[in-house]
Amino acid sequence: MRDWLQSALRPAGPEAASVHALWEFMLWTSVVVFVLVLGALAWGTLRRRPAGADPLAEGGPGERRMTGAVSTAVGATVVVLFVFLVFDFSTGRALTARREAAVRIEVTGHQWWWEVTYYDSIPNRRVTTANEIHIPVGRPVLIRLNSQDVIHSFWAPDLNGKRDLIPGKESSLWIQADSPGVYHGQCAEFCGYQHAKMAFLVVADRPADFARWYASQADTARTPTDSLTARGQEVFLSSPCVMCHAIQGTPAGATMGPDLTHLASRRYIAAGSLPNTRGNLAGWILDAQGIKPGAHMPPNSLTPADLQALLAYLGTLK
Amino acid sequence: MTAPITADPEAVPPEARPAVRELHDQLERVWSDGPGLRGWLMSTDHKSLGKRYVITAFVFFLLGGLEAAVIRAQLARPENGLIGPDLYNQLFTMHGTTMMFLFAVPVMTAMSLYLVPLMIGSRDLAFPRLNAYGYYVYLLGGLFLYTSFFLNVGPDAGWFAYTPLSGPAYGVGKRVDVWAQTITFTEIAGIIAAIELIVTIFKQRAPGMSLNRMPLFVWSALVMAFMILFAMPWVAVDSQFLAMDRLIGTHFFNQAEGGDALLWQHLFWFFGHPEVYIIFIPALGFVSTIIATFTRREIFGYPAMVLSLVATGFLGFGLWVHHMFATNIPQMGESFFTAASAMIAIPTGVQFFCWIATIWGGRPRFATPFLFILGFFAVFIIGGLSGVMIASVPFDLQVHDTFFIVAHLHYVLLGGGVFPLFAAFYYWFPKFTGRRLSERLGRWNFTLFFIGVNLTFFPMHLLGLHGMPRRVYTYLAGTGWGSLNLLATIGAVTIFVSVVIFLVNVARTLANGELAGDDPWGSSSTLEWATSSPPPSYNFAHLPVVEGRYPLWSRPQEPPVVTGLRTDQRELLITTVLDARPDHRHRTPDPTIWPLLAALTTGITFVALVFTPWAIVIGGALAIGPLVAWGWGKPQPGDPVVTEGVE
Repeated sequence: MRDWLQSALRPAGPEAASVHALWEFMLWTSVVVFVLVLGALAWGTLRRRPAGADPLAEGGPGERRMTGAVSTAVGATVVVLFVFLVFDFSTGRALTARREAAVRIEVTGHQWWWEVTYYDSIPNRRVTTANEIHIPVGRPVLIRLNSQDVIHSFWAPDLNGKRDLIPGKESSLWIQADSPGVYHGQCAEFCGYQHAKMAFLVVADRPADFARWYASQADTARTPTDSLTARGQEVFLSSPCVMCHAIQGTPAGATMGPDLTHLASRRYIAAGSLPNTRGNLAGWILDAQGIKPGAHMPPNSLTPADLQALLAYLGTLK
Repeated sequence: MTAPITADPEAVPPEARPAVRELHDQLERVWSDGPGLRGWLMSTDHKSLGKRYVITAFVFFLLGGLEAAVIRAQLARPENGLIGPDLYNQLFTMHGTTMMFLFAVPVMTAMSLYLVPLMIGSRDLAFPRLNAYGYYVYLLGGLFLYTSFFLNVGPDAGWFAYTPLSGPAYGVGKRVDVWAQTITFTEIAGIIAAIELIVTIFKQRAPGMSLNRMPLFVWSALVMAFMILFAMPWVAVDSQFLAMDRLIGTHFFNQAEGGDALLWQHLFWFFGHPEVYIIFIPALGFVSTIIATFTRREIFGYPAMVLSLVATGFLGFGLWVHHMFATNIPQMGESFFTAASAMIAIPTGVQFFCWIATIWGGRPRFATPFLFILGFFAVFIIGGLSGVMIASVPFDLQVHDTFFIVAHLHYVLLGGGVFPLFAAFYYWFPKFTGRRLSERLGRWNFTLFFIGVNLTFFPMHLLGLHGMPRRVYTYLAGTGWGSLNLLATIGAVTIFVSVVIFLVNVARTLANGELAGDDPWGSSSTLEWATSSPPPSYNFAHLPVVEGRYPLWSRPQEPPVVTGLRTDQRELLITTVLDARPDHRHRTPDPTIWPLLAALTTGITFVALVFTPWAIVIGGALAIGPLVAWGWGKPQPGDPVVTEGVE
């Protein structure tokens, strides 16, 4: 089963598990209903009939038996639907029950990437990242959802169902992972050109790992320690990059594109489109439109030396 | 002398033949379309227009199908580069818009516009000129959409065009405006068809066809018409709000200026969900008619069937929020819509159980129409069951906007719409053309279609559960979705072959098919089979009088008919709403060119509205001429009516 990147049939948290139980119940009930109805149809169609009898002339006891059978079937339908409803409502209540959130994360949808902010009462412990959400294992996490532009939908099927991100209307969703791992998710509401390439990751860490990750994310970016990366930072700050991206600890503070303070710590770039390797990053910087046509990242022309320096610098942003 | 329903000289004794021939010639002179192209363009005959309507809708079905084929080719393997996101987004928008607005609803209204007057024993629809106008508006809307698409201005925000993506800030260019105006065209055509059908069914039924004797298809056409009348104005308002936001800077859907992005969705789905039933309900009428014929048995539980149709019509308006479960509607509110969505399974279930009882009690004959009905059972029930599943909010939140929904909606719409429609094509083709489609090709058509539909759409359930969202132009190899998608594409090829076989069957039959005769199935029960195939321009030489629910099964040797309608001008018999007692004769207007010209001028107005609000002023001035000319003159009131054989 692990060959699916993401799946609702492989629940990894209590929310997805309760939906999965509801699904299994409905599936098997439906299979039984389907077999019964089509069985009745097949029998009604193929049964042997007395020779010569004109169905137009039929009536009497046959009609009464049919009335009984149809009424029974309708009654059974009502009962099955009622059982469905009870199961459904109890599942729904469990999913939305109030809990103490261990972590509160704000996810903001953009065409076509996810801005992720962890709130903390101490402002400089606030963390902003993109497309990769870390959560502590076994703890309920409340995700608050909003959108900067059009409607998106946040969906990590292994963990829970989806919830729309509607501009100006905040919504929320609980997720919880039972065991450490990387769970994939994707935008589910059509949001324009690159709806197909708007994925994200939920990384469930052991509490100690999560705390370590959080501490490093809350730090500002590393200052360059050698001339190559210093040159790279200079390239970044003097090129169009700085118009859209932020790197905390440098003058770059734009919020149009993903925050790059800890870019090198992320597994993917371009919202799940490419693994975060040096080669992919170079391709993305030079020709984002070739990889993700319509994305808001413009093509950049850099000299080979500048590009190498920039890549080296970005590579230090762990 | 007997007064026959058909003016067929062969059917009467030799001494009566000259009189029958004379009657036929006289009625033909009055009722037939004029000669040549001019007569064709001026036609107001419900059969001529109905056939054009059905053919146009079917052409759009083929176009929508080709769009789906390209979509399936693109998705056949991961990271396929056949088409890019720009064309892909246009294609799935065109596919949805075409299938819902230009095929499914129009083809159902078109079949009704053709069949209802024949089935209720009338000479034409009420308001025949309006009918012509409706058809031309629909045709122009379709041409407008496709012209735009080929000029690379095809809409690309989905057939649902959610704001703000479709709004002025994100839907740049004219693409969404084209979509919004196409909707205007089709709404007008739909509402016109609804008015035609309601008035015709209520006021023009043959004497004796009281409401409780009305054929089930006519009931379903009536329920459909009322649903159109109450559902379509919402989307017309919705699309006009959107057009205004885009053209003149209103803020109906602009959250930042006090508008509401979700208002769009509420208005759209308040139309959009009933629309599904607008497609499904007439299909149920096909099913009832065809089952009765091919089991040679009355449909079991007529009152229950009628009440179920009406109940479905009402409940269909209470479900729209189940398209919006992911939008943060309060849980209490969602529960009501879950319950309503589950509840609509009850009237649907009642009808299925009654049909099964009918088949059980009858003698099934496995002609092609009946095969498609059996296919309808299997395919629709799968779609219906998955529909009950997604009425559940927690489950829906997993599969909403995924391929599971794509599977569900195609099972429902193909099962509940297209299978019965193919059955209806095979069943009524002899009525439309006088020739019968080949049974051998029909069986191939059915078998491949049934296999193709299941092969295409069943794997999509799994794709959705395994995380594949809808409306993605590509997916990564690592997702694991490749093989199921390939299977679905193979299924789409199978559907393609099956539809080609249907087209071959139609072409061969039209060229040299078996002549059908007036009653090709031998056991039809409804009045359209009382006249010749294809019907003459005047439908019935003498209007029939109805004495039961299945008039052709209970027909005496000399069926009673209505006499006394004038034969020198177009007259309709108007009867009372409940009991269909003859009331008065109505002089119905002659053919004219003005509806076509009115459609052209209003069409120009709508197209120009994409570019400037001044189009209303200029187009309004343009349209006044044809509209005034159309209504010019006043028909004379008719005389009291005489009927023979009834009190």
